[in-house]
Amino acid sequence: MSTVIENHHDDHHHGPAKGITRWLYTTNHKDIGTLYLWFSFAMFLIGGAMAMVIRAELFQPGMQIVEPEFYNQMITLHGLIMIFGGVMPAFVGLANWLVPMMIGAPDMALPRMNNLSFWILPFAFFVLLSSLFMEGGAPNFGWTFYAPLSTTYAPPSVTFFIFSVHIMGASSIMGSINVVVTIMNMRAPGISLMKMPLFVWSWLITAYLLIAVMPVLAGAVTMMLMDIHFGTSFFNAAGGGDPVLFQHIFWFFGHPEVYIMILPAFGIVSHIIETFSRKQLFGYSSMVWAMLSIAILSFVVWAHHMFTVGMPLAAEIFFMWATMLIAVPTGVKVFNWVATMFRGSITFETPMLFAVSFVVLFTIGGLSGLMLAIVPADFQYHDTYFVVAHFHYVLVPGAIFSIMAAVYYWIPKWCGNMYDERLGKLHFWLSFIGVNVTFFPQHFIGLAGMPRRYPDYALQFADWNMVSSVGAFLFGFSQLLFLFIVIKTVMGGKKATDQVWEGAKGLEWTVASPAPYHTFSTPPKVD
Amino acid sequence: MNKGAKKTLIRLVVAVPLMFAFGFALVPLYDVFCEVTGLNGKVFQSEHSDELVIDNGRDISLQFISTNNENMPWTFKPSDQVMNISTGKYHTATFYVKNTTNKKMTAQAVPSVAPSNAAEYLKKLECFCFEQQELMPGEEALLPVKLLVSNELPSNIKNIILSYTIFDITEYNEDEILAHHEMEME
Repeated sequence: MSTVIENHHDDHHHGPAKGITRWLYTTNHKDIGTLYLWFSFAMFLIGGAMAMVIRAELFQPGMQIVEPEFYNQMITLHGLIMIFGGVMPAFVGLANWLVPMMIGAPDMALPRMNNLSFWILPFAFFVLLSSLFMEGGAPNFGWTFYAPLSTTYAPPSVTFFIFSVHIMGASSIMGSINVVVTIMNMRAPGISLMKMPLFVWSWLITAYLLIAVMPVLAGAVTMMLMDIHFGTSFFNAAGGGDPVLFQHIFWFFGHPEVYIMILPAFGIVSHIIETFSRKQLFGYSSMVWAMLSIAILSFVVWAHHMFTVGMPLAAEIFFMWATMLIAVPTGVKVFNWVATMFRGSITFETPMLFAVSFVVLFTIGGLSGLMLAIVPADFQYHDTYFVVAHFHYVLVPGAIFSIMAAVYYWIPKWCGNMYDERLGKLHFWLSFIGVNVTFFPQHFIGLAGMPRRYPDYALQFADWNMVSSVGAFLFGFSQLLFLFIVIKTVMGGKKATDQVWEGAKGLEWTVASPAPYHTFSTPPKVD
Repeated sequence: MNKGAKKTLIRLVVAVPLMFAFGFALVPLYDVFCEVTGLNGKVFQSEHSDELVIDNGRDISLQFISTNNENMPWTFKPSDQVMNISTGKYHTATFYVKNTTNKKMTAQAVPSVAPSNAAEYLKKLECFCFEQQELMPGEEALLPVKLLVSNELPSNIKNIILSYTIFDITEYNEDEILAHHEMEME
């Protein structure tokens, strides 16, 4: 009799399993979220180490540390790892942790697929990184892998690169399907679409973008595979193909991908600014419509990445105006954030510091994007360090700052302990100074004509490159402090209250801290 | 899983292969787009020879450019750099080609026209670029292209550049290239 009761007990109130199998077999959205976040942290450090190699080589003109061939492999892998291994899995991890808790669902809709979509990722990056040790070296054609550089002239390891992209794509697609099915079908009664928290909205839109464009990327690398191994000529002019076609297909994926990496950041920053301004978010519905219009516009602007391939004037003008149109919904969002802070009782805890600097620095990146959208100016800026400065401003103090802000903001909920505020602020200021010292001078050397993707440069660029490298080392090494802070918080610290932050609103703050292994087994009441 | 979730799931799972197929559909769509708009300087064979009127031509100059792709060792150059032609009349230009190596090689020339909006008015009746050239070691040849520039050529265009890039395709499987080529010409 007693065994029966115990079994009954086990079935309904079990916590996590013990040991490594907990992580291998888990279908719990919180466990999988944690796995994603740690995985992306590891990739962030690996990709960051590659960035350190790049900046060390560029510290002085001339070839100092690495061979040009290895430098090319570093810039390629740095880009691929930061995008597909750092930023994207971090956002998926946050979605796993937060989406079910924010909409009052017990778990993700497809928990087993959730497990699969995480566990294939380490294999994808193992395959990609192992190419460093292959004959001919790792992929060296830049993260945009333009044909024919990535087909006719590619090292043999390109095939491994293609398969790793296939696996990453499959992982993202499964993750996105999971997010959409969860959001569309598992909201607690009373949470209508226009009452959803903005992070949930941002992820719903992001997931649709991923489902639309990741298969196109898979198609592009499949065509490369066929050109390389099966004698087709998709991108080979000698056989009637067209290398420019590659760029069109790639950027048809690539531009929505850019917004995939920033929309969840918009959601995160909206929550944090609302909380620490102790006010209601200004213009909720305009925030939703702005994200939707950004997502739709992202499908009709791809060719602004390739103005210099020799497009007809009409196409250049169309893509220029379509691109500039995106500034309108983006501007709406920036003004809404500022209006939310206006006359708020603001306090500057670490998440708020990251969120406010996100608004400022992301806007700088957005404005340099507007400059790049101007066709005649782009002929000057194309493939210079100005472009490097632009996309690093939207990705580092944009996407990555928002991820750091999210970690500081929600980590008390995840592990029940407050992080060390003093160290958090130190981490913020080191990162803030480091990021600006690294990337702001790259605007100058870019405008002065320094091309990107070269391991060496002319003497007149030496001073700003040295400044940039110093900033990069500062930024890079201060991330070890971040790692230390996160570990310290997981191990212990001041106990967090359930609400954690004074102004925090939303279902995730109604459960205990740390969040129990199972939350909202019965849907909460929402009015 | 409830019914609604299943429905959403099925829709999304169908969307993925559709978008994968769309990626491949971009290949022909891109060609069609270029043909309709005359972009990219791509030249397609004329099907409406009856529309061509012989009289009322005007004089324009036609320049020829030849390029060797990467390691293609052949000598390849136009017999004349420039021809002064009148629109609406047939003209024949020739390109000199010589296999400078000591092995048998096959080549394919790919044409392009600048300015790109002149492409649709330049009709090639015969062209060495319609077929492959196979030359023995040291063999040389004069390759003809018979062409006509339509009278409808916009009046602001007074100079057309016809450029050929010659590729070494000895290593490619000939059947596959032919199949692809026929598909393009349809």
